[in-house]
Amino acid sequence: MKSRLMMKLFIGSEAFFFLSLIVAYLYFWRSAHFTQEALHYLNVKLSGVYTALLLLSSGSLVLAENRQRKRAWRSAHFWLAITIVLGCIFIAGQAHEYLTLISEDLTLGSSEFGSGFFTLTGFHGLHVVAGLVLLAILLGLLLKGHLKKEDALRTAGMYWHFVDAVWLCVFTLIYVLPHYLSL
Amino acid sequence: MMKQWTHIPEPEEQLPDAATERGLLMWLSSVDHKQLGIMYLLASLLFFLLGGLLVLFMRTQLAIAENDFLSPEVYNQFFTMHGTTMIFFVLTPAFLGMGVYLVPLMIGANEMAFPRLNAFSFWMALFGGLLLYFSFLTEGAPDAGWFNYAPLNESNYSTEGIHYYCMGLLLGGIGTVGTAINLIVTILHMRVPGMGYRQMPLFVWMMLVTAFLILAAFPSLNAALAMLLLDRLLHAHFFVTANGGSALLWQHLFWLFGHPEVYILILPAFGIFSEVFQVFSRKPIFGYGFVVASGIAIALLAFGVWVHHMFTTGLGNTVNAFFAASSLLIGVPTGVKIFNWLGTMYKGSIRLSVSMLFAVAFLIEFTIGGLSGISFAIVPIDWQLTDSYYVVAHLHFVFVGGSLFGVFSGLFYWFPKMSGRMLSERLGRWFFWLFVIGFNLTFLIQHVLGMMGMPRRVYTYPQLPYFTLFNFLSTAGAFIMALAVLTLLYNIWRSLRKGEPAGADPWDAYTLEWHAAAPPLLKNFERLPPVRSARPLFDLKHPEQADWKKQEG
Ligand SMILES: [Cu+2]
Repeated sequence: MKSRLMMKLFIGSEAFFFLSLIVAYLYFWRSAHFTQEALHYLNVKLSGVYTALLLLSSGSLVLAENRQRKRAWRSAHFWLAITIVLGCIFIAGQAHEYLTLISEDLTLGSSEFGSGFFTLTGFHGLHVVAGLVLLAILLGLLLKGHLKKEDALRTAGMYWHFVDAVWLCVFTLIYVLPHYLSL
Repeated sequence: MMKQWTHIPEPEEQLPDAATERGLLMWLSSVDHKQLGIMYLLASLLFFLLGGLLVLFMRTQLAIAENDFLSPEVYNQFFTMHGTTMIFFVLTPAFLGMGVYLVPLMIGANEMAFPRLNAFSFWMALFGGLLLYFSFLTEGAPDAGWFNYAPLNESNYSTEGIHYYCMGLLLGGIGTVGTAINLIVTILHMRVPGMGYRQMPLFVWMMLVTAFLILAAFPSLNAALAMLLLDRLLHAHFFVTANGGSALLWQHLFWLFGHPEVYILILPAFGIFSEVFQVFSRKPIFGYGFVVASGIAIALLAFGVWVHHMFTTGLGNTVNAFFAASSLLIGVPTGVKIFNWLGTMYKGSIRLSVSMLFAVAFLIEFTIGGLSGISFAIVPIDWQLTDSYYVVAHLHFVFVGGSLFGVFSGLFYWFPKMSGRMLSERLGRWFFWLFVIGFNLTFLIQHVLGMMGMPRRVYTYPQLPYFTLFNFLSTAGAFIMALAVLTLLYNIWRSLRKGEPAGADPWDAYTLEWHAAAPPLLKNFERLPPVRSARPLFDLKHPEQADWKKQEG
């Protein structure tokens, strides 16, 4: 109970943090008109695949929680491990994308689009990494049989789903919207 | 049916327990909310002395016209550090410290909900402050003012110190958010059985509202600080106007945090005064519901007024009119509270202890600060007086006459609980009168200086009629306040050495913290009386006139 309330409050605070970054991104989209730049640099299809994998990881985590509640330890381990693998693939994809963009001379300092893009996706990426560390610790505890309380996994799950939801907003804003509107 | 005393169980999980160890290590490793609360207060005191020292240098520089005691560069660093210190590392930790110390005691809990998070938050905040001061050892301390406007905050216009400003405030911000979360969970989940929301002490209510404000306000500051660091270290474009960045965006993000921050620093003081007025008027609060509701209203309105800090940036008449109206509106719930306190004092048998003296002085000073604040909500007045000493006077009347008087009032009220010894009331009166006289001497006259056109944040001023006289008086006031603080330090030192033992309930008070020993044992409570009203100890001492009987009858 207590830990879940704590996580809700933390998530609420984090939501305001991302809201500020998103507002800043929109602000520069309007002032620097970088729609064409976004279309030029970003590969919406490839990122869409990674997005789908991240969303799947939310599903696998729900399964893991579910299995743990039913004390089906083996399959709880399995689904939690799958979640971590999917999260790692997402981060690897993001790293690959960053390297490609940097090789094409898009950096934090190259343009307003670069500043906004790397800041927003970067802070999201950091949150995914933090989530992966959290889940890895829980998997370790679970494997050792130290994690009997359901609360821990559910609480970590709330964070993970939140990070996924943030990505859905970020993905829509940065990758999808430029195809449909130009600020 | 007669309600029974409640036994307070041990926490289910055993925490790292330093009770068997002695000395400094016990404090360093402590997760006890009382020790952490005291450490918060000590940290606040340390930074208060540092921030106060800076201002004595500044007022010395300003004592006479065309003085060259401080160079302009050093003066810029000093006023920036003074404001940043007082807001982020004095008032914030003072209220968080009181919250962390008192909230569990007032709601009948033996610990905070997350003791380790509590320690983590404190140490983050402390090291944030130390990091900020470390900047003096580098090329220079931050020098762009406490609100650190863009593009002045960018590398080409300011010192390396801005890096430390960003990192220090980020660390402090993380700690503050951590403590806010901790307080909310503690208040919502750990109240003694019987204590509903209508029986919660008003200090606890105000800390609850404050904690929600922190959760919503600090993230936009953190985001702005992160963006500024990216600008300065990795050449991002956010606030660099030369590269297409936006100076206004900084102002929006900063004040979206900054205005709520003002209420983060005043609502806890409102909570303290609500306790003090009751106990020293021997009456329950007048209009409990109104105090709570107006506190919540202030918190909600806080997010709709930030542009009143930006009336001169040319956002247009429509925007200005909206934010002028919303800012005027905030006067209403604040005014309601003033009447709650006046009503509490009305026909009460008032004891003018030092704590109560500060509360009464607060009513006067804060009303002055509130009125000058409302004058700023009127856009043309703001255009005329912005960035003048009128602003300096206004903000000190609310931060000192409001927030800091709250800290002092709370200190004199709860010190006997925290230390087990009374502070000297006689020395306390000296402190009170010296401080109040010094404070008014310093700042009342700054309203006039502002209207005469003296700009803030300029290291000196020319020989103009009355400028030297008024500034000299202002400086004299600052030194009187410094003298007052010395009597406070002596008072605390003397009391800790040979102060009169306090006993558990020296003020004949109403709330549960006075039921614990003074100072409280590691485990706050073994058992508690039934809580059936907002004044459980009054009910216990006067079962015939108990509050809950009136409410039910
Ligand atoms: Cu304001």
